[in-house]
Amino acid sequence: MGLLSKRDTKLITDPLADNNPITIQVLGICSALAITAELEASIVMSIAVLFVLGLGNVVISLMRNIIPSKIRIIVQLIVVATLVIIVDLVLKAFAYQLSKTLSVFVGLIITNCIIMGRFEAFALANGPWKSFLDGIGNSLGYAVILIIVGFFRELLGSGSLLGFPVLGDAIEKTGVYAYGYENNGFMLLAPMALITVGLIIWVQRNKSKALIED
Amino acid sequence: MALKDKLHNLKEKYRGTKMAPLFNGFHTFLYTPNETTHSGSHIRGADDLKRTMNTVIMALVPCLIFGMFNAGYQHHLAAGEIERVSSGFFSAEFWNAANFWIGFAKILPLVFVSYVVGLGIEFLFAIKKGHEIEEGYLVTGMLVPLIVPVDIPLWMLSVAIIFGVVIGKEVFGGTGMNILNPALLIRAFLFFAYPTWMSGDKVWVAEAVERTGTADAMSGETVLGALAQGQEAAYSALEMFYGFIPGSVGETSTLLIILGALFLIFSKIGSWRVMLSSVIGAIVMGLIFNQITAAGIIGENSKFYALMNTEFWQHLVLGGFAFGIVYMATDPVTASQTNKGKWIYGFLIGFIGILIRVFNPAYPEGIMLSILLMNVFAPTIDHYVVQGNVKRRMKRLKVKSA
Repeated sequence: MGLLSKRDTKLITDPLADNNPITIQVLGICSALAITAELEASIVMSIAVLFVLGLGNVVISLMRNIIPSKIRIIVQLIVVATLVIIVDLVLKAFAYQLSKTLSVFVGLIITNCIIMGRFEAFALANGPWKSFLDGIGNSLGYAVILIIVGFFRELLGSGSLLGFPVLGDAIEKTGVYAYGYENNGFMLLAPMALITVGLIIWVQRNKSKALIED
Repeated sequence: MALKDKLHNLKEKYRGTKMAPLFNGFHTFLYTPNETTHSGSHIRGADDLKRTMNTVIMALVPCLIFGMFNAGYQHHLAAGEIERVSSGFFSAEFWNAANFWIGFAKILPLVFVSYVVGLGIEFLFAIKKGHEIEEGYLVTGMLVPLIVPVDIPLWMLSVAIIFGVVIGKEVFGGTGMNILNPALLIRAFLFFAYPTWMSGDKVWVAEAVERTGTADAMSGETVLGALAQGQEAAYSALEMFYGFIPGSVGETSTLLIILGALFLIFSKIGSWRVMLSSVIGAIVMGLIFNQITAAGIIGENSKFYALMNTEFWQHLVLGGFAFGIVYMATDPVTASQTNKGKWIYGFLIGFIGILIRVFNPAYPEGIMLSILLMNVFAPTIDHYVVQGNVKRRMKRLKVKSA
């Protein structure tokens, strides 16, 4: 028997596709729309959520038997808030430019529905190891969509990836710009992020038989 | 055997195969299908979707041809090769072959790309989903070349059309199910995606962009663009009415658009309620703004002054207002369905359109945005009109029975 049993593996792989928090449960949309204009920001956001959700799930799971159910939301909020503030301060200390780009959205991880959702639905009823895996799985599912959206938005909107101009220089007219190509400014606006997420949902639902509803 | 019979026979042969919708699409475009109704109503009006669409296209043809002349005229005028139009609508400076061929060479590719790309997508979806091809794109395909600047790169147009047809129409279930007017969505996409190609003083005149920075550089600001920057309009009101001004391909000539509107109204294709109420809405908003400037509330230093101070009736001949309300706002799918709803819908299009036009100097052409906005609200308007009707009748019922 390996490190992960079959059920444990499912905890990680399920949220990646068939139970993806963004495309299937449609949670955490706000941040997916707001910060995906650049690939780097989406990756950092994903790591932040990975940290908060992975650790938060464990903490809540450890405390699950001593939290009075009447005030559990407040307790959960305090746990998320603590973790988010750690992330925010770390970003400010070591990646100031990025924390400027992400601005208020790091703080808004507190209100990210995925996190409260997992606390409520999973961590309160399962042991720490399982909760940890569930947290990792869900944040990876979140990360996959964020990175796909960020990839297309940065590539088509700014013609670069991670800040590196892969399509050539738009001002000097090198690369594809020499042939008259231009960046699509609409890709940088939030509506296009929503449409991109919608297209991903469309493709996913078309491919996966389990998701076809009548 | 005539072509018609051959097609009828071929149809039987390919029935049920994957490519059948493609074939049927062409077939029904050319001839009336040889099928008879099996059940339900056996008497039908002749004004089916195909004829409705063709009527609108007929109403658009004058605008298209005028656009071709105008493209060449603006080009020659900006290059300083000819004089301004001086003797009314039928001046020789405007209606000559030199103008026409330049516009023809510029605009025909736009029309061609519009139909090839748009119909290509429609066919693709029809074959993939196994339904018949709908005629919905016929009008959209003619509208699109008329509402873009003449110099728009063809690949941009293709990208926008793919976006507009897929996101605007196919995801909702195809023709008749869309909430937004696909042609306007295509234009909105172009505007937000490639703003440098959709506004400014270069794109409206053929080949102006290539000449930027050279000795032959020329400038052709639209009247609205000039006003939004607080400059005087460089054209007389009559020129604006005739359409001898820079602008999107087919939207400049208010005169021809009015003719098209009359044609649509008399053939009962376009809704006169929408057109009339839009005009009323625009006039009301224009008058409000005129009163504000007349009362001195907004001074001449304000960046809104030039557009606010524009006489209310001039708003009707400026920019895409006339084209928008005649050909776009009346789209039977996206407009309100109820008569009372049409009045509200149209009024708000005119009202909000002028409001956006005045208060958004970055983008003075607000008619597009206001029509898209009201497209979204049209079902809501209809809902309340119907509910209001229900309530009134309920009341009447109670009074009677009491």
